[in-house]
Amino acid sequence: MSDDARRLHPVDVVIVGGGWAGSIMAKEMTEAGRSVVMLERGPDRSTAADGAYPASIDELEGNFRYKLFQDLSKNTVTIRNNSHQTALPYRRMAAFLPGEGVGGAGLHWSGVHFRMPPDDLRLRTRVIEKYGAKFIPEGMNLQDYGVSYEELEPFFDKAEKVFGTSGEAYMVKGQVVGKGNVFSPSRSDHFPLPALKDVYTAHLFRKAAEEVGFHPYSLPAANASRQYINPYGAQMGPCNFCGYCSGYACYMYSKASPNVNILPVLRRHPLFELRANCHVLKVELDADGRRATGVTYTDSDGKVVTQPAEMVILTAFQFHNVRLMLLSGIGRPYDPVHNEGVVGRNFVYQNVTTSNVWLDRSIDTNQYVGAGGGGVAFDDFNSENFDHGPLGFVGGSPVWVNQAGVKAIAAAHSGGPPGTPRWGSAWKAGVIDTYRHSLRIDAHGANMAYRDVYLDLDPTWKDAYGQPLLRMTFDWKDNDIRMNRYVVDKIGDVAKAMGARRVNLTKREFGRPFDTRQYQTTHLGGGAVMGTDPGTSALNRYLQSWDVHNVFVIGANAFPQGTGYNPTGMVAALAYWAAHHIRTTYLSHPGPLAG
Amino acid sequence: MQGLAGIAACSTVLASPPGHASRPVPYAPRFFTPVEWAFLIAACDRLIPADENGPGALALDVPRFIDMQMDTPYAHGAQWYMQGPFVQGPDNLGYQLPYAPRDLYRRGIAGMNAHAATRHGAPFAGLAPALQDDLLRGAENGGMTFGDMPSTVFFDQLLANVMEGGFCDPIHGGNTGLGGWTMLGFPGARADFMDWVDQYGAHYPLGSVSISGETA
Ligand SMILES: Cc1cc2nc3c(=O)[nH]c(=O)nc-3n(C[C@H](O)[C@H](O)[C@H](O)COP(=O)(O)OP(=O)(O)OC[C@H]3O[C@@H](n4cnc5c(N)ncnc54)[C@H](O)[C@@H]3O)c2cc1C
Ligand code: SF4
Repeated sequence: MSDDARRLHPVDVVIVGGGWAGSIMAKEMTEAGRSVVMLERGPDRSTAADGAYPASIDELEGNFRYKLFQDLSKNTVTIRNNSHQTALPYRRMAAFLPGEGVGGAGLHWSGVHFRMPPDDLRLRTRVIEKYGAKFIPEGMNLQDYGVSYEELEPFFDKAEKVFGTSGEAYMVKGQVVGKGNVFSPSRSDHFPLPALKDVYTAHLFRKAAEEVGFHPYSLPAANASRQYINPYGAQMGPCNFCGYCSGYACYMYSKASPNVNILPVLRRHPLFELRANCHVLKVELDADGRRATGVTYTDSDGKVVTQPAEMVILTAFQFHNVRLMLLSGIGRPYDPVHNEGVVGRNFVYQNVTTSNVWLDRSIDTNQYVGAGGGGVAFDDFNSENFDHGPLGFVGGSPVWVNQAGVKAIAAAHSGGPPGTPRWGSAWKAGVIDTYRHSLRIDAHGANMAYRDVYLDLDPTWKDAYGQPLLRMTFDWKDNDIRMNRYVVDKIGDVAKAMGARRVNLTKREFGRPFDTRQYQTTHLGGGAVMGTDPGTSALNRYLQSWDVHNVFVIGANAFPQGTGYNPTGMVAALAYWAAHHIRTTYLSHPGPLAG
Repeated sequence: MQGLAGIAACSTVLASPPGHASRPVPYAPRFFTPVEWAFLIAACDRLIPADENGPGALALDVPRFIDMQMDTPYAHGAQWYMQGPFVQGPDNLGYQLPYAPRDLYRRGIAGMNAHAATRHGAPFAGLAPALQDDLLRGAENGGMTFGDMPSTVFFDQLLANVMEGGFCDPIHGGNTGLGGWTMLGFPGARADFMDWVDQYGAHYPLGSVSISGETA
């Protein structure tokens, strides 16, 4: 394929994927004076075109016809629960909703913007310190990231400033400064913007959680609580709680997106070139497979083109990054039988379940009001904030009300309380009561990594370009189910304190397999993880391939196991961290950054 | 959309397409045959019946919405991965048939009518509401197959589109008069709650508004 491809003039850096990670890396590399070509398989997108009011306020198009999401007809994955099954194609959007087009999923994400808890970054070490090595269940591949919170802190801070994140700090430079999350580590600075106001349900949840003795805080949100100009000069307007974050481009320019916060500046940079509708097929390697020479892609006319480059940065999203590594022969593919090899290893997801609380019929919960990143959470059962010893499981879960704006079709679909028919007059009565007077509480748990949960290439199904689909082998495991059930019970206590008329606690059930038909989150992780041991990580702690030193791979693929928080704050910080080391070390001394 | 109004009348009279709200004209389906259309109207009427809680699927023009959707790329399966082989597996691994929504309706409606005829001697639309409900429940619970298609696949497709038609923006031909939104208390395209976010417990005073500016 690559032999008859048209060859273009070489550039310094080619970036595969135009989402958050790609835009950050492109900005950093142009700042370092390097020429950058960013290749994005989807169309060019902007808030002005894709977020115009009122046309964009269309739930059918946004959330049910997936206007801004990946075109599954061209490329999808296959999924199975275990390696004895035949994996089958994910033919319709449901469980997760990958992005496509300039801005990636960063254009239509919600905006919950977290830093990674320090203990999660060294979870293996921490668990062994606290409970002993035997505490780790058989088959769980528990690992450390190989990077500490202190090392990442400047980059978390930078990402928050670029995103214009709203929140309330607990501790800045070792001093308690506000009513933020008491479990969160010290910060070098406050959030750039004050926390968003609580919507009514979040306000009720905050009061009730406090009453029960938990420690509620405002979710850090990349939805601007006031107007803001970020360090790149990009402007944001104040969020009006329109309720159309998740699945939409923000017409108020209030939700952080690559399209609003980075690309306007980048597009004007003479060293930057964006090529939309260009689907990258593989990274080209030199004869001995130790150096990348560029990438080959199909352009908007369907022509196969080779773009030579000194460096290749993969930012195509978690599982697309893993697939591109497998298709290109970068790193040793994971072999679950012998627990050897690294590309595809430690594939993880988000262990989330949503419970419902019905309040008195005199109370309107106004579920249509909301910002994607807004809400109130407590972390009393997240990370290592509680004693796992007597509980016998690894991992935890923040609990929150994150009312992003429930719209009419979604409300009609989710229906009434359990036991209500899905249609007819009983459904109607149930759905009206539920929409007007209930609220949702999530247990947004971590999912641990397991030896027999992994990614590889499918033997049967192909994409529109004739390349094998990625195959996911994934299921929920006992440890994670027990964690979820323990934390969800705490939601019951809070609901009681809220004066609930009715509660539906949703828990993971033992023996019930992962269901690809139900939306959960798009927080997929792992598969090409970072670490300090090339035997258990595909990337070193600078997100550089151990095997091909001029390939860096940025995304949630780097997470060795799941975490209770949403991934993007960490992905952005890792991008800035990797960029910093590329700029300060790699560019002058190209070669492995870790040995 | 506007062009639909001029097409020859069909047996059922529904409100006109958006933009012609003043004068009801018969809606002539473009995709569904008369027999299919009769099924669709009867089934929609059972899935969202008119009652004391608000309008039903017919007043909301849900059948029209579904017919108009059949003309979109979605209904042709353009948004689904449709490459073979098509191998059936456990339900939790998701949809694995080679049929796009248009095929699902063709096969599903024929299957429902065949079952109605075998069991009760008449097509679905000709049955009493209680028998229609029985058949719909049977389809919902997987009690039938239509060739290689489990009835649940058809039922889930139909129910999903019915919900969309009842509660989407009227620009798509459903939710006529914003009746679905008003029933739920959903303000539609207002999308601005700057002054409202911390008025805790108060009832939102404004009615719904649509993308085209229609208010309720
Ligand atoms: C509805 C929704 C809500 C979310 N809410 C939150 C939230 O509140 N908080 C949070 O932290 N996270 C959230 N996420 C997740 C968040 O969107 C992702 O973590 C984030 O966008 C990842 O950034 P990325 O740059 O790694 O990938 P993306 O943003 O997905 O960008 C990757 C880009 O690469 C392109 N690409 C892929 N393959 C190729 C190829 N072969 N050639 C060329 N281009 C390619 C894709 O088209 C895409 O544009 C949400 C996601 C969704 C879908
Ligand atoms: S809720 Fe706020 S941030 Fe989200 S889309 Fe609306 S205005 Fe933008």
